Amino acid sequence: MAPKQKKKSSRGKKSPKPVLAASEDMEPVNMESMGHPEIYPLVLTTKTQEIFSCQIDEDVTDEQPYKLINKEDIFEDLRNRAAVSDFHPVKKIVQEYPGNELLLVYDRDFKYGLNFYLIGTEEGKESYLNPPEVPEEQEEYKEHIPEDVYIYKLPVSKPWVSLGSEKEIEEESVTESTKQITYMISRKRSEFGAPIKFSDQNASSVKDAYIECTAYPDKNFTLKQLEKDVGMQVIPQIKDISTQTKWTYPKNATTQYYPREFSEEEKETLKQSKPLVDFLNNASISVEIALQQNEIMNTFIDDWKYLAEEEGTFGDKTDTHLKEYQSFTDLHSPTEKMITCVSWHPTIYGLIAVSVAVRLSFEDRVHFSGKLLLQPSLILFWSFSDPIHPQLMLESPDDIFCFKFCPSDPNIIAGGCINGQIVMWDITAHADRIENIKAGGGRSKRATLKPMFLLEPESNKEAMYIRHCAVSSIENGHKKVITDIHWLSDTFEINRMGSVFENRSGICCQLVTCSADCTICFWDIRPQKLLTPQTTEKKKEESIEIPFDVPSTFLHLDLSWKPLTKVRLSKGETSLDYCPTKISLNEDHLLCKTQDKMLAQSKTEKAEEMNPYHNLESGMANLLKPIDDFCTKFFVGTEEGEVIYTDWKMEKDPETGRLMSKKPVSHHTVHDGTVHTIQRSPFYNDIILTVGGWNVAIWKEGVMTGPLLQSCCAPKRYTSGHWSLTRPGVFYIGREDGYIDIWDLLEKTHEPAQSQNICITMITYIKPWIFSSKQQFIAIADYYGTLHILEIPWTLSRPSTNEMASVNHYFEREVKHLEYVEQRKKIREQEKKEMELEMAKKKVEIAVPSHRALSSKRGHHVQVPASKKREESMHKDKVPLHGRRVKKLRAWL
Amino acid sequence: MNEWTNTGREPDPLPSSLAGPTAPGLGEPQAEVEETLKRIQSHKGVIGTMVVNAEGIPIRTTLDNSTTVQYAGLLHHLTMKAKSTVRDIDPQNDLTFLRIRSKKHEIMVAPDKEYLLIVIQNPCE
Repeated sequence: MAPKQKKKSSRGKKSPKPVLAASEDMEPVNMESMGHPEIYPLVLTTKTQEIFSCQIDEDVTDEQPYKLINKEDIFEDLRNRAAVSDFHPVKKIVQEYPGNELLLVYDRDFKYGLNFYLIGTEEGKESYLNPPEVPEEQEEYKEHIPEDVYIYKLPVSKPWVSLGSEKEIEEESVTESTKQITYMISRKRSEFGAPIKFSDQNASSVKDAYIECTAYPDKNFTLKQLEKDVGMQVIPQIKDISTQTKWTYPKNATTQYYPREFSEEEKETLKQSKPLVDFLNNASISVEIALQQNEIMNTFIDDWKYLAEEEGTFGDKTDTHLKEYQSFTDLHSPTEKMITCVSWHPTIYGLIAVSVAVRLSFEDRVHFSGKLLLQPSLILFWSFSDPIHPQLMLESPDDIFCFKFCPSDPNIIAGGCINGQIVMWDITAHADRIENIKAGGGRSKRATLKPMFLLEPESNKEAMYIRHCAVSSIENGHKKVITDIHWLSDTFEINRMGSVFENRSGICCQLVTCSADCTICFWDIRPQKLLTPQTTEKKKEESIEIPFDVPSTFLHLDLSWKPLTKVRLSKGETSLDYCPTKISLNEDHLLCKTQDKMLAQSKTEKAEEMNPYHNLESGMANLLKPIDDFCTKFFVGTEEGEVIYTDWKMEKDPETGRLMSKKPVSHHTVHDGTVHTIQRSPFYNDIILTVGGWNVAIWKEGVMTGPLLQSCCAPKRYTSGHWSLTRPGVFYIGREDGYIDIWDLLEKTHEPAQSQNICITMITYIKPWIFSSKQQFIAIADYYGTLHILEIPWTLSRPSTNEMASVNHYFEREVKHLEYVEQRKKIREQEKKEMELEMAKKKVEIAVPSHRALSSKRGHHVQVPASKKREESMHKDKVPLHGRRVKKLRAWL
Repeated sequence: MNEWTNTGREPDPLPSSLAGPTAPGLGEPQAEVEETLKRIQSHKGVIGTMVVNAEGIPIRTTLDNSTTVQYAGLLHHLTMKAKSTVRDIDPQNDLTFLRIRSKKHEIMVAPDKEYLLIVIQNPCE
């Protein structure tokens, strides 16, 4: 069979032999997958069916679907038809078949995929022909089960079958791996309990005390290094040698040298020498290039550093609102009060002083004067730790409208009354009380439950009423309300003429006040020398009993205090005087070096004594040196809205010989209402902010033409204002509807940068204060007597890097703008004059030739000799002019 | 007819009484020197100018004496050192200009065989 097949295949296909070998070796597919490994499906064509006489539906039917076929018949067919034979796939099975006859079954339902199948094993054949009778038994068993009753069978113990768990148990159990060694040690009974002494012993000294494994070089582990990286450097040979000189005896030796210099003649000769000229000509070229390079650009700036703003902001950068921190109201006062002046304590944190006045008009004051006399007018000291009870209350004879802490001693307070008196307080005795405010606050935080009636303030927290220790003389002082009070700086003092002298005492000893009676007075708190005995008699008559707790610091001043000088702000002979509301002094402190030393000396002397204010007489005896070129001019704001720049020096009137005050240097009417704020900028000494009426103005000292900036009218009246203490271009304005406008000159100059509502009523006073670099507060007082403390956010308190320079530039620009405006004004005036002259000329010219022209022509233009501009402007006038002229001439003719 | 002959020599100098409006004794080169130094001094930010001779002795200065002497002595040494450094590295080379920039200002030195021109400028405003 094989050689024939080979030939056929080699003829038919060009495929190599392995294909043939594969076909021979190919395993017939059996139905092992279906659980019948003996069944081999087959396809029998009709030809095959004819040969083997197993045609469908004739020989092979449903009743007898199988046929036994002889093995030899199959082999014959295979030989005759070779590969075409249907039995070819199962050839191998047929060859291996042990028996003689194979069973071929007709698969009508194609159960195994093809229409016939061959059973390849004898056992299969047998089982097919004689199927076992298993299914019948299974059916019987299924019927019996539900009828049986369950009989309990006792469990029979079976022998244990090991499944391997005992191995795990063996592993987990702990057994002794080695046999334990037991020792028995015996000792003499008498030796028990004896003290034990331990001692050290070297292990090597005793034989066999230890066993060691000595290290030895093992040849297996030695490596031979074949490569080595070595660096070499040549160094010079260094030798260290030292010597010591013998110093026999010390000897002083000095050298002095002076540099070699040329004399004047030599310098002159050198100057004229040609080499120098040539050198300078050559060198100056390169030098000038270098200089210009520097002028053009600074190449060494770190641009990145200057680009960035300061990092590490302490708060949200976008938060620009003032945050409410605390508010203080006096709940114990019977009448309604308003706050007139606010001042932070200069040294103590969290202490703020407020002056309150009764909220009545003049008529009502007169009406209720009896009732008002009984109530004390107060300055209240509030502390952050206690919002309900004021720490100190300073009494005064009448309502205080302005007050200030003395800069050199915060325990001295001077205030201006509504009746024109100055009131002085000395709170040195209570200084320790207010300094330890914080400790008091801590004590009250104890969480002890107390019944309601026991929740009264503790005894040591009672507010102290402190009486004033001096008031000024009623006849000689101001006649009307004192509107502003300032302490003069401790670097200078003035005398009766207004001339300025140096201040040797080192303390602030002079005050300046302005009042509604159109005068500005200078006061000295030191005792005046007794001029005449008359005054002493007067004093004896008027000696008043002074209560115990009032310090006697200003006893000499009480009720007899006269001003040093009075400056009258007069407008002229006939008209009313100016009524000042606020003043602003020049704060330029002139200090020459010698004066510094003197002051330092005097200060050290003073430090040994108790308090300079208690020894005011000692400072008077010194002869003082006058300070030259001190600016004695200052700004005054008036009730009518004018800003005046005047001098306080008195001059002698040539006619009468009396001392007269000078006329003001300049005055401007800028505001529509009372000027209530004149303040110098804390950054620039010559920039002044004035607020009054409905607008704001910024002035520069020295620029007389007008304000640098004048804002347009605001919708609401401005009632208070203050510069920001840290940002040069920012200031705060309070309005009469309780809003605070924050202006930022670098952002907008025509309107406020932001506006915030604080309270429902008019804001009477604004005072910011710096506590630390991260904490700034602003105190806002309102008309209803409440003091609001707000915290200034980071953005409003931190200046940007170039803010000062930018604001400076802005002011300079404004000054230049004003100058330009002035110049243009002059030019315009000139132009106007010229225009008027031209117009006058033309009128004359037109009048003359017009009637001659009309006789020949009517209504035609007349030649007008003028420039083009004039022509254009005159054209409009021509027609009516002619008309009029024509009528006149007609009438005349 | 006039004949113009070229004498071949320069015209006689004018007598001193007919001198121009300039002060007597003030020669041309000195005016030039003054003018150059004035021009340098008038640049923006210039603090001082000085001319120093080869030994470090100041000849002309706009600053006060003690400062001048100090600057002259110190800068003379430094310029010598710089010059020798440059020439050590390359003998064909020579120092033409020396600029020292410090925090506060910039010192410029223009060296020469016989003189030194020192200018101190404050570059940033």
